Amino acid sequence: MLKNYFKIAIAVLKRRKFFTFISLFGISFTLTILLVLTAFIDKVVGDNYPDKKRDRSLYISRIAQTGKNTMSSGPPSFYFLDHYTRTLKTPVNIAISSGFNGTNTYVNNKKIAVNFKYTNAAYWEVLEYHFLEGKPFNKQQVDNADKVAVISADMKKEYFGDVSSVVGQYLEADNVKYRVIGVVKNVPITSYMLYSDIYLPYTVAKDQGYKTNKSFGGGYYGILLANSSSDLDKMHNEYEDMIKRLKPEDKMFDKVSSHADTYVKAYVDTGDDNHSGTFIVVTAISIFAVIVMLLPTLNLVNINITRIMERSSEIGVRKAFGASSTTLVYQFIVENIILTLLGGLIGIILSFIAIQTINSMNLIANLELSINFTVLFIGLLVCLVFGLLSGVYPAWRMSKLNVVNALRAQ
Amino acid sequence: MISLQNIEKVYRTDTVETLALNSVSLDIAKGEFLSIMGPSGCGKSTLLNIMGLLDAPTKGHIRIDEQKTDNLNDKQMAQFRNKKLGFIFQSYHLINDLQVLDNVELPLLYRDISAKERKQLAMEALAKVGLSNRVKHFPTQLSGGQKQRVAIARAIVGRPEIILADEPTGNLDSAMGNENMDILMQLNQKDGTTIVMVTHDENMAHKTHRLVRLFDGSQVQ
Repeated sequence: MLKNYFKIAIAVLKRRKFFTFISLFGISFTLTILLVLTAFIDKVVGDNYPDKKRDRSLYISRIAQTGKNTMSSGPPSFYFLDHYTRTLKTPVNIAISSGFNGTNTYVNNKKIAVNFKYTNAAYWEVLEYHFLEGKPFNKQQVDNADKVAVISADMKKEYFGDVSSVVGQYLEADNVKYRVIGVVKNVPITSYMLYSDIYLPYTVAKDQGYKTNKSFGGGYYGILLANSSSDLDKMHNEYEDMIKRLKPEDKMFDKVSSHADTYVKAYVDTGDDNHSGTFIVVTAISIFAVIVMLLPTLNLVNINITRIMERSSEIGVRKAFGASSTTLVYQFIVENIILTLLGGLIGIILSFIAIQTINSMNLIANLELSINFTVLFIGLLVCLVFGLLSGVYPAWRMSKLNVVNALRAQ
Repeated sequence: MISLQNIEKVYRTDTVETLALNSVSLDIAKGEFLSIMGPSGCGKSTLLNIMGLLDAPTKGHIRIDEQKTDNLNDKQMAQFRNKKLGFIFQSYHLINDLQVLDNVELPLLYRDISAKERKQLAMEALAKVGLSNRVKHFPTQLSGGQKQRVAIARAIVGRPEIILADEPTGNLDSAMGNENMDILMQLNQKDGTTIVMVTHDENMAHKTHRLVRLFDGSQVQ
């Protein structure tokens, strides 16, 4: 029986090649988008390199001051993180780092664009970067404002070429020479709080903003590390309480707000309490996914009705020779599932190609997307849902056809 | 074998009511070969469809093989057609996407039998109509006469007791028509299959045991 259904399904697919193309294209293209998107989200949100202690960390990425007609929002300053956050009792350690900044450097007259960021010594204790060689700078070196640098594996390759070791060698960035003391595995740019090509002690920053800027805002990120994940709530509340006690810096503001949040929440924090970043992102992704899935499903339902209508004579014959309505619905659903699984297979192949292309084009620095089994499973499940959604209604409608009318339709 | 009592069929649209069959009663004995004749639009095919449970009468009752068919549900009706009835249509109604063998196997798909047995029975049916050498062909590769013989093979593969044929020779030239008629007559004589055939062809009709004539939905002979 199934073999027979399979034969007819393939024959029908071959018969109307354009319809088949549209159906398969719809399914496979949708699936590719979903797979690449999930692989992307999976990588951005799910990958925990180098912050392996994510389960007991809270991230501070924004601070905002709001008034009646005005609002100021941005990453906090070094001073804010060092001065106010330091007063909290629950965190056992606080990593502070600037956002990455771009500059140019020259190697053999070739210009290289590099990103650098400043960190404190605790940064290397809170985060677990994988050191390919050397080690991070320590508190002593930070306090002494030693011109030392930790660089990424890509930076090493680009600046020094294919050499085995670069520790102890000098690298010039922004007209300053730094001694390389460590090389770490790359971090993708999508982990924007942690990504950089070059990591430097905050004390070597040219503008000395960490000393001079006493305002709340100032381009740094903080990561609070708790003793255990059970302390997260306590740490979160303690931070919130501290923020509540802060007075706005200017009369035009009447409120200060900032949150120490989990990685995902901090990642999408808008700094504006009235427009939650998580809510916006989740809503946007959901709407996108629904639209992306709904359009091809409707398209498939439509195409399926046309396709099945064309086969009303076959339906008539099958009914005349003993097929019940249930058997016919079953047949059309099986056929549709074969079609969608075929589309699914093509979609998975396309996704592999798309992901390989994205990776090899290096569109997003250091981001290595990969399809994992969860994503693949979701993909196949989506296919099956497609198959059922787009097959059940037309099949049910057609199975109810009166035999004589169905036969007459030819 | 088949008993029709006061069968009436009315087609209704919003404005028009057409009486297709007017109180037709007919008894067909087991092993009988009956032909139905009449001008176009007199209700021949409608009567055949009602006998084959493909269409429901507006009034009246049908008994087939001593069984009332009024209250059968969709599934029971499907099983009943599958076991008792075989159909031959004027325009063949073969499934062009399937090979000859798969077309013939079709009624057996809805029975609980193995693929091997299905194939064997289909081959036997094709041998009976002389098409053993065409099993891998597709319907579009066959002549009209061959298509009709495939349709006959499909009708007999499940060994039904009754075959309902709607103008089985209507689209064929006389030589081909005669050949196919011979096959039907053999089925009737050798296997004792009850056959009801709608036809326009007097010659064909006279080869059968009994002739029923319809005019404007009523039986006149």
